[in-house]
Amino acid sequence: MVVSEDVRKIAKLADVGVDDREIEEFTSQCSEILTYFEMLDTLPQGATIDRGLVNIFREDEITESLSQEEALRNAAEKEDGFFKAPRVM
Amino acid sequence: MEHDDVIIGLEIHCQLNTRSKLFCGCSTDFRDDEPNTHTCPVCLGLPGSMPVLNKKVIEFAMRVAKALNCSVLKECDFSRKNYFYPDLNKAYQITQYDRPLAEWGKLMIEGEDGERDIRITRIHVEEDPGRSVHMGTTDRGKYTLIDYNRAGVPLIEIVTEPDLKSPKEARRFLNKLRATLEYLNVFDSEKEGSLRVDANISLKGSGRVEVKNISSYKGVEKALTFEITRQRNVIRRGQVVARETRHFVEARGITTSSRSKEEENDYRYFPEPDLMPMQVSDWVEGIVLPELPDARRERFMQQYGCSLEHARTLTGGLKLAEFYEQVAKADPDLAATWTADYLLGELNYRDFSIDAMPIVHFMELIGLLKADTITDKSGVEILRIILDQVKNGEKPEMPASIVNRLGLAKTGGDEITDMVRAVIAENPQPVADYHAGKGPALNFLVGQVMKKCRGRADPGHLNALLREELGKMQDGA
Amino acid sequence: MAKTLTFTPDDKVHAFITTIPEVSYEDGPLSGVTVAIKDNISTRGIETTCASQILKGYIPPYDAHVVTLLKSAGAAIVGKTNMDEFGMGTTTENSSFGPTLNPCDPGRVPGGSSGGSAAAVAAGYCDMALGSDTGGSIRCPAAFCGIVGLKPTYGRVSRYGLIAYANSLEQIGPMAKDVTGVSRLFSVIAGHDKRDSTSVDRPYIHTPNPSVKGLRIGLPEEFFGKGVDPKVADTVKKAVSVLEQAGAEAVPCSMPSMSHALAAYYVICTSEASSNLARFDGIRYGPGGDLRKSWHEEFSDRRQERFGKEVRRRIILGTFSLAAGYFGRYYQKAQTARQMVRDDFARLFGEVDMIAGPTMPSIAFKLREKSDPLQMYLSDILTVPANLAGVPAISVPCGQVEGMPVGLQLIGRHFEDEKVIDTAFAYEQGAV
Ligand SMILES: [Zn+2]
Repeated sequence: MVVSEDVRKIAKLADVGVDDREIEEFTSQCSEILTYFEMLDTLPQGATIDRGLVNIFREDEITESLSQEEALRNAAEKEDGFFKAPRVM
Repeated sequence: MEHDDVIIGLEIHCQLNTRSKLFCGCSTDFRDDEPNTHTCPVCLGLPGSMPVLNKKVIEFAMRVAKALNCSVLKECDFSRKNYFYPDLNKAYQITQYDRPLAEWGKLMIEGEDGERDIRITRIHVEEDPGRSVHMGTTDRGKYTLIDYNRAGVPLIEIVTEPDLKSPKEARRFLNKLRATLEYLNVFDSEKEGSLRVDANISLKGSGRVEVKNISSYKGVEKALTFEITRQRNVIRRGQVVARETRHFVEARGITTSSRSKEEENDYRYFPEPDLMPMQVSDWVEGIVLPELPDARRERFMQQYGCSLEHARTLTGGLKLAEFYEQVAKADPDLAATWTADYLLGELNYRDFSIDAMPIVHFMELIGLLKADTITDKSGVEILRIILDQVKNGEKPEMPASIVNRLGLAKTGGDEITDMVRAVIAENPQPVADYHAGKGPALNFLVGQVMKKCRGRADPGHLNALLREELGKMQDGA
Repeated sequence: MAKTLTFTPDDKVHAFITTIPEVSYEDGPLSGVTVAIKDNISTRGIETTCASQILKGYIPPYDAHVVTLLKSAGAAIVGKTNMDEFGMGTTTENSSFGPTLNPCDPGRVPGGSSGGSAAAVAAGYCDMALGSDTGGSIRCPAAFCGIVGLKPTYGRVSRYGLIAYANSLEQIGPMAKDVTGVSRLFSVIAGHDKRDSTSVDRPYIHTPNPSVKGLRIGLPEEFFGKGVDPKVADTVKKAVSVLEQAGAEAVPCSMPSMSHALAAYYVICTSEASSNLARFDGIRYGPGGDLRKSWHEEFSDRRQERFGKEVRRRIILGTFSLAAGYFGRYYQKAQTARQMVRDDFARLFGEVDMIAGPTMPSIAFKLREKSDPLQMYLSDILTVPANLAGVPAISVPCGQVEGMPVGLQLIGRHFEDEKVIDTAFAYEQGAV
C-alpha cells in the first residue's frame, strides 16, 4: 500500500515528472501492483543467480574513437566541442 | 595543533594508467586533446552499447591489493550506482558495491608517534565520470559544458579505516600510497586530476563531516586543518558540528557546506546485468611485486649508508629513488645530501618534479663538489641557474661551463679576489674618485683587473666583486 | 555485388516506423531476403526511436551486432518496425507513434512488444523480421499474428546495439512465416560477440529436422489452468497430440514456481528499466530542452513530456523496487523467485525434453480492451518463465479460436534451441 506522497518521492528520485492530475491514477495503480509484488516477501532471502559465465575480459587495446563531430552529431545543444546541459548549481 | 581527539579516514580515487578505458577501447591519453575526441558509443552512454571489462585494470588493481596486504574476494562483481548528473554518461556509474575486489589491508606510515599501520577497509574498481565546466553568471544564464573524454577512465577507490590522527598523517599516508602506486607502475601521479580524495573527519564525540573534491596532495592537509579549526570553533561557540558533506575550495583553502541533494540520495545499487562476475583471487599468488618503498628505504640505508631521514625522503617517489640511485654512483653521501636537502627544496620552490633536473648535469655537479672545485654556495647557485634555464625553456648549461663562465671555481674565485685587492691597493686615486661618487673610476679599476687576469673573469661578476670590496673599505672607514 | 530493391509497402496496419524505399544488399545466404528490424535495434544512419518521443531524431553512429551480421549475409533491411515504447507492453498500443493493427483482424492488437515485426511478416510486407523478447515480446505477437517467433537461449545472440529494457532477461530473436524461415534467420544472427560480455560462443548451424520420436514433452498444469482461455488450452492440447502422433510422448507435470514468476519478472524488468532509461536526458542525443531551467527541473519535465505513461509507470515501479526500504522486499526476493523458476526448469528437464503450453492465455485482445496495467501484466504469465530461466522458447501457430491464431509454445533446455526448432518444425509438418 503506497500513498501519493510515496509516489511523488519516488518520481522525484527517478527524475520523472508526474503532474497533479496523474498522481492519483499512478498511486492507485502502483499501489495495486506493489501489493501484488508483496507476495514475494513470503519467500526466503538470499538466492544468488548463477550467471553461467565468469571472468569475461578484453585486452587493454586501443580501438578507434568517434570523431568529435560524430560524437556530437545527435546532440541538440553543443558549444566549442562540448555538449551543453542545464545548470546543475 | 592537538590531535588526540581527531579521527580521519580517507577515500582515495586513483586513475590507473592503462592504455584504454575501463569498459571500451578509447584511449586514456586525452589531456592535451580537444573535448569529446576520445569517446565511443560505450563511453558516451549511447543506447544499446555495452561494457566489456579491461583485464589490465583488474591486474593493476590486484597488484595494489597485494601490495597493501588486502585479501581478494573469491568472487566479486560490478554494480550500478544510480544518480543523475550531466557528466554521468549513463545516469549510473559502474562501480563495485557489496562485493568489492579486495578488503582488509594495511599501509605503514610515519605517524605522529612513530611508525604505524593504517588499516585499509576495501579496494574497488570503478569508472570515472566525464568532466563538467560550469558556465554563465546570472541564474538563468548558467549552463554546463560536458566533455566525456574522461568518462570511463579506470579508477580504483581505496578506503581507509578512520585510523589517521592529524592532517599531517593524512598527507603522509597519501604520499606513501602515491609512492607505492608509482612503484607498482599502475599510476602516474603527474597527470592532472589523477588522484582525488574525499576525507571523513570528526572530533571525538562530534558529528562526522565528509570533505569532498580534494584534488591535490597539499590540499588534503590544508582542507583538514581548516576543518579542524572550523569544528573547534563551532564547539567553542557551544554549537553542534553538523553531520554533513562539505566541498573543499582549493583556491581559497576553505571548505563550504554543499547543501546538495546528493546527501539524501538513494543510489539504488544493484548488480550490473551486462557484466559477469569475477573470480580472480587465485591470481594473487602469481603476482610478483616489485621492491616497494619500505624495502627500498632499508636497502638505501644498507647499500648507500643513507640516514633514515634521507632514505625515507629519497624513496618517497619512484622517479626520485631511481634518480638518486643513478647519482649515487658518483658519491652516495654527496648524492643523498644534494638530492634530498638541496635539489628537492629548489624543485618544490619552483613546483617542479624530479624530471626537471637533467641527471647528467646533476651528476657533473656532484663531481665538481666531490673534487672540491666549488663551494656548496656555488653548488646551490649552479642548481638555481640550471633550474631557471629549464623554467625558461632554455637548454640547461653544464655545471662546469657555469663554473667557468662565472669563475665559480674555488681557486679561481680566490685568485680574482686577490687580484681585485691588489688593484685597489695599487690605485689609491681612482679608489678615492670612486668613493667620491665618480662613476668612470670603477670602469678603470675593472680594466686593471681584466688586464691582470688576461680577461678570464666575467665582467658582471667582477663588477660586483669590486663594488663589494670597495664597499668594505667604506664600511671600515 | 551490390544490388538494390525498392520497398514501398501499403502499410495498412502501421507495422513500420521507418521504411527504406531503396534498399541495397549484397550476396550471401540471405541475399535479397527482406528483413524488418524492431526499432529498438540500432541501425547506423537510420533513425532508431524505440517508438519513443525521447529518441525522436536519434541516428545511431553504429550498427547493432545483429545488423552487421544481417548486412554481411546479404539481407535487405527494409525498415524499422513499430513496438511498445521501449518494449514495455503486450499490445504495441504503447507506441508514441500510434498502435499497430493485427493483420488477421484490424480491430485487434498484434501483440507486443514486437507487434510491428510480427504484423509486417504476417501482412506479407517482408520475409522475416527481428524482434526482441524480454518477457514474451517475440512469442506473444507471433502467436497473435499467426507466425513463428523464437526467443533464443540467453547469450546466444549478441545484444550489442539492442537498446536495453531489461538486460538480464532479453534476447533478440528471429520471426518469420514458418519454422524454416526462423531457422534461416537464426543461423545468421546467432554466435559469439566480444562486445557483449553475456554472449556465448554457440553458433547455430542447423537445418530443421522433423523427427520427435521418443521426445518427452511436459505439459505443466499451470499452463492449462486458471486464467487460460479453455478454447486456447484445447487448441494447444490438440497440437500436442499431433506431436504425439509423430512419436513424441506427452507427460503431465507441474511448475509450482509459476505462482511467483510474474511478480518476480515485473520487479526485475522494471528495476533494470528504471536504471536503463535514466540516460535519456536529451544531452547526448534526442530532442533537447530548455537550458534556462535547472538540471533536475528540466530533466524531470523533459522526461514527463517525452516518455509515455506506461514507461513512466514502470520507471516508478522499478525505482520503488530498488529504493531503500523496498530493495530487500522486492528486488532481492525476486531473485529468490527467479532461482525457484530456474530450479523448476532444471528439475523438469531431468524428466522431460521439452515443455509445451499455450504462448498466450487468450487470443489477441481487441484494441483498447485491456486498460488496467496489472491485468495487462498478468497476460504475460506463460511467457516470462523462459526469460527468467534464460531457456529457449518458440511460438508456432497451431490453429484458431474465433478466427484468430493461437500459438503453441515450446520451451527447451539451455542451448537446445535446435531441439525447440525441430519440435516446432515437426508440428508444422505434421499439422499440414
Ligand atoms: Zn569509449
